[in-house]
Amino acid sequence: MAQTTATETTKNVQPSRLDPSFKNEVLKEHDGETLKTCFQCGTCTSSCPTARFSDSYRPRTVLRMAQLGLRQKVLSTPTLWLCTACFTCTDRCPQGVEVANVLRVLRNLAVKSGEVPLIYKELASSINETGYAYKIPEIRHKKREETGLPPLPKPKSADIAKLVELTHGTRLLKR
Amino acid sequence: MAQLKYAFFLGCTIPYREASYEISARKVFDKLGIELVEMPDANCCGLPVDPANHEMMLALSARNLCLAEQQNLNIITLCTGCATTMRKTNRLLKTDKNMKDDINGILKQIGMEFKGTIEVKHMVQALKEDVGFEKIKNTVQRPLSALKVAEHGGCHLLRPVKYMGWDNPEEPQSLKDLIELTGAKCLDYLDEAECCGYTVIAIDDKVALQLTREKLNHVKEVGAQALITVCPSCHLMFDVNQSRIERAFNETYNLPVLHYTQLLGLAMGMSPDELAIKELRVDPSPLLQTLQ
Repeated sequence: MAQTTATETTKNVQPSRLDPSFKNEVLKEHDGETLKTCFQCGTCTSSCPTARFSDSYRPRTVLRMAQLGLRQKVLSTPTLWLCTACFTCTDRCPQGVEVANVLRVLRNLAVKSGEVPLIYKELASSINETGYAYKIPEIRHKKREETGLPPLPKPKSADIAKLVELTHGTRLLKR
Repeated sequence: MAQLKYAFFLGCTIPYREASYEISARKVFDKLGIELVEMPDANCCGLPVDPANHEMMLALSARNLCLAEQQNLNIITLCTGCATTMRKTNRLLKTDKNMKDDINGILKQIGMEFKGTIEVKHMVQALKEDVGFEKIKNTVQRPLSALKVAEHGGCHLLRPVKYMGWDNPEEPQSLKDLIELTGAKCLDYLDEAECCGYTVIAIDDKVALQLTREKLNHVKEVGAQALITVCPSCHLMFDVNQSRIERAFNETYNLPVLHYTQLLGLAMGMSPDELAIKELRVDPSPLLQTLQ
């Protein structure tokens, strides 16, 4: 099972499907520039908690696909979203590749190309509306009062909406 | 010594699902002489949307930093995710002029400016570096010597090293030391530094729950009577989701999962009720009985 992705990837590398400019899009983003020093040792995958339980998620493979320019394949693979952001790979990489951050750059690019898992739309929409990633139910506010906790922070909604807009977060919002 | 005073950043997960962490932390901090100043205008730290939009994370995070700068206070958090996120943003904006200019261009539109005058610490780092072990030890009135526990610090307590770097994530020691100050024994177990799985539960719950399950197995194997956490998200996985894991994998754990602040509070002589221990999903009453 574990070798499925690697085999498929190798098999699917056809020159016509490569986009040599893709890596430049990654390299120009903050932390993305470290992609170029990856020499495929596999420390990331062997350190990855998700890789132990997922049949498909292998950070080393994703990085190689990005280096090769397999744009479509990288950005549309659902496994791109399986990084837990634990940063073990990043801390252990002998080449100083910001593995988890390169993954983040790739996911950000996927969003720009229209691939957004529902959960991120929900989180962003909730932040946009309330300033919180989760909508805090009314009962929680009441309970706080009963327990003597101070009222929850209430961020200025105009400020938050402005930040979302200026950072192009609006494309994440549920319509 | 001047009294310790922080801007208290609560985040989203604690008020949403983990009030017991906040309740117990406020009690314990009070006893330690830590003054918490509320941040009434604070927003989400930004971490939840970082995978989808890094710039949005930076802007949200920076807004909180600006609020604390206006209060002229360092930030303390209970959530490791909030800590790592705001520490990262703080460091980046302090050291990368281009990024600072970009983000300040955005913040200007809401009348704010990042200046780089404060620090951000997670509670564990603050307890270790600012409060100090000696002071904590002196507040222990009822040592929990009968108790054997295990710790789960959580990835973001110490990673990425570049932005955290105050303890070794491969061999974390600080939380163990803090636990042992209560008199409880903190046991070693396999893969202690492994992730709880929380961040991918909405993408692939099987992967997430298997990660949690494996950790629960390792903790049980060494005979720990409880697991101690310092992050609301990790706590959700181990405590709230424990019964779900038991059902899914046909396991039985009955492993109470306490916030560190609850453990410390008990050692300080506080009652379980004061520390909101009854809000825990996995019944800790057998554990509490062994302490009497």
